Amino acid sequence: MSPILKVKNLVKNFGSTEVLKDINISIESGDFLVLVGPSGCGKSTLLNCIAGLEPISAGEVFIDGRNMTDVSPKDRDIAMVFQSYALYPTMSVAKNITFGMKVRGVDTETQKRKLAEVARQLQIEPELNRRPGQLSGGQRQRVAMGRALVRDPKLFLFDEPLSNLDAKLRVEMRTEIKRLHHDLGASMVYVTHDQIEAMTLATTIVVMKSGVIQQIGTPAEIYGRPQNLFVADFMGSPAMNLIKAKATKNGAGTKIEISRENSAPLILTDTQNTNLPENVILGLRPEDIAEASMRSGPQVQTATCLVDIVEPAGADTYVMSKLGGKEVTARLHAETGAQPGQLLEFAFDLGKVSYFEPETGQRLN
Amino acid sequence: MTDFISNPDAKHKSGKATKIALRWFLLLLLLIFALYYLMPLFVMVTTSLKSLEEIRTGSLVALPREVTFDAWKTAWSGACTGIQCQGLQPYFWNSILIAVPAVFLSTLFGAMNGYIIAHWKFKGANLIFSMMLFGCFIPFQVVILPMARVLGMMGLAGSIQGLIFVHVIYGLGFTTLFFRNYYVSIPGELVKAAKVDGAGFFRIFWSIFLPLSLPIIVVTVIWQFTQIWNDFLFGVSFSQAGTQPITVALNNIVNSTTGVKEYNVDMAAAIIAALPTLFVYVVAGKYFIRGLTAGSVKG
Repeated sequence: MSPILKVKNLVKNFGSTEVLKDINISIESGDFLVLVGPSGCGKSTLLNCIAGLEPISAGEVFIDGRNMTDVSPKDRDIAMVFQSYALYPTMSVAKNITFGMKVRGVDTETQKRKLAEVARQLQIEPELNRRPGQLSGGQRQRVAMGRALVRDPKLFLFDEPLSNLDAKLRVEMRTEIKRLHHDLGASMVYVTHDQIEAMTLATTIVVMKSGVIQQIGTPAEIYGRPQNLFVADFMGSPAMNLIKAKATKNGAGTKIEISRENSAPLILTDTQNTNLPENVILGLRPEDIAEASMRSGPQVQTATCLVDIVEPAGADTYVMSKLGGKEVTARLHAETGAQPGQLLEFAFDLGKVSYFEPETGQRLN
Repeated sequence: MTDFISNPDAKHKSGKATKIALRWFLLLLLLIFALYYLMPLFVMVTTSLKSLEEIRTGSLVALPREVTFDAWKTAWSGACTGIQCQGLQPYFWNSILIAVPAVFLSTLFGAMNGYIIAHWKFKGANLIFSMMLFGCFIPFQVVILPMARVLGMMGLAGSIQGLIFVHVIYGLGFTTLFFRNYYVSIPGELVKAAKVDGAGFFRIFWSIFLPLSLPIIVVTVIWQFTQIWNDFLFGVSFSQAGTQPITVALNNIVNSTTGVKEYNVDMAAAIIAALPTLFVYVVAGKYFIRGLTAGSVKG
């Protein structure tokens, strides 16, 4: 079977500026692809290129095996949900949802049946005769989804659909989109700048920066094995600790030395990664640094550090300590008795460690 | 101590009094201005209702002793413009025949232009828009000769169609500006959504943009109607006997009488010529203000 969406060597220029550089993506039917990156990274442009709303400068776009590069948006068998919802202000909710079918000349019987179906699915039946202006943000969001759903397309495209909602509603709608994806088994491409949205929704994540794909992978791969410093820093909250360190060969393993102010350097021994250059950046997620008594394992190393700041966050407490000239965050359990100024024994789980080349930012292990 | 407390209180009271006095002063000033501006209209209306005899003997600002509509009748259907004595009536219809299609067409094309410039950007769109804006500021005297040539070549010289053509062309600058500025506030995602839904250029214009445009249509129609109805220069330059608009006829009535000047007929004729624009303002005036200030469209 051919991939449901395939983007091949896509380039997009606005005038002389290259917005997208040699993009290659391929997803299978039923996949949930999330394009994530900071604003201005080209993710929305890429989505518009897939939709056919922006002409591409070079490359090809295939949807379900068909070359869609020069096909107009209406014939690409896609549906799109926009950030501003883009509901037609003068039409009722029902007319908003059926507008596409009306334009394509679908008979009224089918229109009615599909409208009823979608309205039930999204629980917007009482709103059908109201205007978009009379709806709340969440309801508008549902109508926008309804407009996409009636289309029953090969590919759903979402352009930051949740960013105009308040925090609570955003989480609710996120779950709803996930359920929808599960129930329909549909293929979706979803653009967001919110890495948590990306992690929770995606089956495949594409991390982008300045028009270049940084990494493609499952959420677990992106989170556990970021390919470069940008991905490591962008995905995850609080961000991965990226600490300057010196590596030297030490028998079967590697001695990792992290400088500290006003005390002896912190020494860890990595027995797994042996081929490291002298200068590295060591990456450890906050949850991979714990209180010594709480964590054990073959790769766990302990060391005593000075607690700088304690930030209780409900479920967890974040503790910061200065290592390698930077505040390093550890995620401890809520009942920790850590106090600022205290010396505490930490466990560093080197089984989860990432190493990066300081100059190029590329992953080393 | 008591002084300390009562003093600010007194100050507060006197401050309030000054405020009220100022308000009344302001109202009085506005009233004086309103009366001042209404004065000519008052003189016109009263004079048109007087007989010639009364005008000669009475004061300019006095109310008519005996109200008579004879002057109105003469102005409408009997006054002479040169050798013809049919009053304003035929020219009134000429003006309607010019203004209605010209307003309709210039508004429609302006809406289309605005829609394209705001949402279907093409290379040079901004340049074309600036050139159209420039067209708004060209004094009409400059274009009279070339336009006369063009009308002659098109075989439209001296015809109603020719005047419609001229007014549509010279209205486009403003109508395009109005609609373009209104349409840029409509989010581009609406167009994208409609494109994905399968709608094309005209469908999007017709089903999505036009229904949103009522306020700006009202503004444009009022503006264009006033411009075209009140136009004298094009009317006098590009018309011939039988196709003259009402403004030209009014001029002829006032300037071509022999013997005694019939002020009452002149006044009545002037009011008749001004009535349609007045009517449009009264009916649609509140939409005019609303349309000028209306901006964003909330989806």
